[in-house]
Amino acid sequence: MAEAERAGRPVSFRGGGFMPRPLGVVGPLVFVAIVGIWETGSRTGLIPPLILPAPSEALAALAHLFETGLLWKHLSASVQRLLVGWTVGTVLGIAVGVSIGLFSLARAGMAPIVAAIFPIPKIALLPLFVIWFGIGEGSKIATILFGTFFPTVIATYGGVDNVDRSLIRMGQSFGLSWSSIVRKIILPGALPAILPGFRISAAIAIVLLVAAEMIGAEFGVGAYILLAGSLMAIDELIAGVVILSIMGLTVNWLIARAERFFLRWRL
Amino acid sequence: MELRLDGLHHGYGDIEVLRDIDLDIPAGRVVCIVGPSGCGKSTLLRLIGGLELPDRGSVIQIGEPPGDSLNPLTYIFQDFALLPWRTVEGNVRLVLEDHGFARDESARIVADVLSRTRLSEFRNAFPRQLSGGMKQRVAIARALSVSPAFLLMDEPLSALDAQTRELLMDDLIDLWTRERFSAVYITHNLQEAVRLGHRVVVLSRRPGAIREILEIDLPLDARAGYAAELETHRQHLWRLIRDEAQAAELELVDG
Repeated sequence: MAEAERAGRPVSFRGGGFMPRPLGVVGPLVFVAIVGIWETGSRTGLIPPLILPAPSEALAALAHLFETGLLWKHLSASVQRLLVGWTVGTVLGIAVGVSIGLFSLARAGMAPIVAAIFPIPKIALLPLFVIWFGIGEGSKIATILFGTFFPTVIATYGGVDNVDRSLIRMGQSFGLSWSSIVRKIILPGALPAILPGFRISAAIAIVLLVAAEMIGAEFGVGAYILLAGSLMAIDELIAGVVILSIMGLTVNWLIARAERFFLRWRL
Repeated sequence: MELRLDGLHHGYGDIEVLRDIDLDIPAGRVVCIVGPSGCGKSTLLRLIGGLELPDRGSVIQIGEPPGDSLNPLTYIFQDFALLPWRTVEGNVRLVLEDHGFARDESARIVADVLSRTRLSEFRNAFPRQLSGGMKQRVAIARALSVSPAFLLMDEPLSALDAQTRELLMDDLIDLWTRERFSAVYITHNLQEAVRLGHRVVVLSRRPGAIREILEIDLPLDARAGYAAELETHRQHLWRLIRDEAQAAELELVDG
């Protein structure tokens, strides 16, 4: 055997990759870079201000909104609608979802209806809601409520279906009451499916909020954006979009906190 | 309190799972039920504890359970069946909550069973933090907390590795020696059966019927000293089961 062959060579490594690591600084850097390029583009006249005003101008519009106190008027109107619509929709959705998960009659009766209504874009129902509930708060809250209700029902009953049957059997074998099994085994067991459902329903709720506020609302982020658009006040329009983005991020952050708290028994 | 199985017969759809099971289950002893896989052992245990209704025949309770027994027929499951969102303490407390104990009374019971299973220092751990053997000890503590008249154990050691199984078997022998509990113990592991069983019931393959009942008259805590005798028993059981196991192995699962 040749001497080189005796010495051998290391087995080549081929197990790397496929493991994204968190890189904390990259996200903010990309954000700053985009805003920086945009700002220089606007300053140098490369981006015409009529089409896209500089970020600094949008910021100025936002500051103006803040100084005049209009920000809170718009924001509180929007947040109120969102809160009422989403909360009621979620509570009803969980109740219906749990009953579909538990009772044969509810499942047979309601699951097909839920499946039929779920895919309808609720924006299409907005004119109908205006006729039913009036042009005021009623139609706006109803739209958000409706939009939140269906995904919550589906997430909840999927979660109830996925609760480990052996845990339910364990509860029965120890003689736990029906309500104890539901409260202590089924609901916590379905929570890992219900909470991610909140993310989806909250995102849908914000979309519907803006759409609903574009019809006959005096205050609200959607109304503000619509007005800015029709006046060609693009700096204000972008300020409104920024507010929406911040609202979305805040909601996401709250849900992430809730998940961390309620699901701390997982990894 | 004793149990009697009287002409038990059970099937799922067209498949006959258990046929004519007559068996007396005495108090204060461990009855092991062995048989090839798919012979209906676990079904039998679910029938005994009332988690499933037999097609024919009945499970009869003779005499009353002791007065302090909260849940006379109490299971220990192969997969532990612990709630992952409750701590060790919370999992034990779960089965006491419906009995209307005062807070300090139930805390006393929980502390007592955790110390009997040597789990006191882990009372605030979540199940995911525990090894398999520890999880099964939590399940045993939970079962003890309701003072069962009968422990119904469904392959309690089968999900554990060989070393853990050996340790937990010693734990169970210690526990039995101290408390003299009554148990029905399902297993496919003949070693466990001859170590833990006062009586070993051999089931045939599906439809499961009783082939033989073996009495082992050796005290549980002294069995380590009778290795040869246990091995004879084990080989005898294996001869009974081998052909059946081989035939069962070749059957289609849903056939």
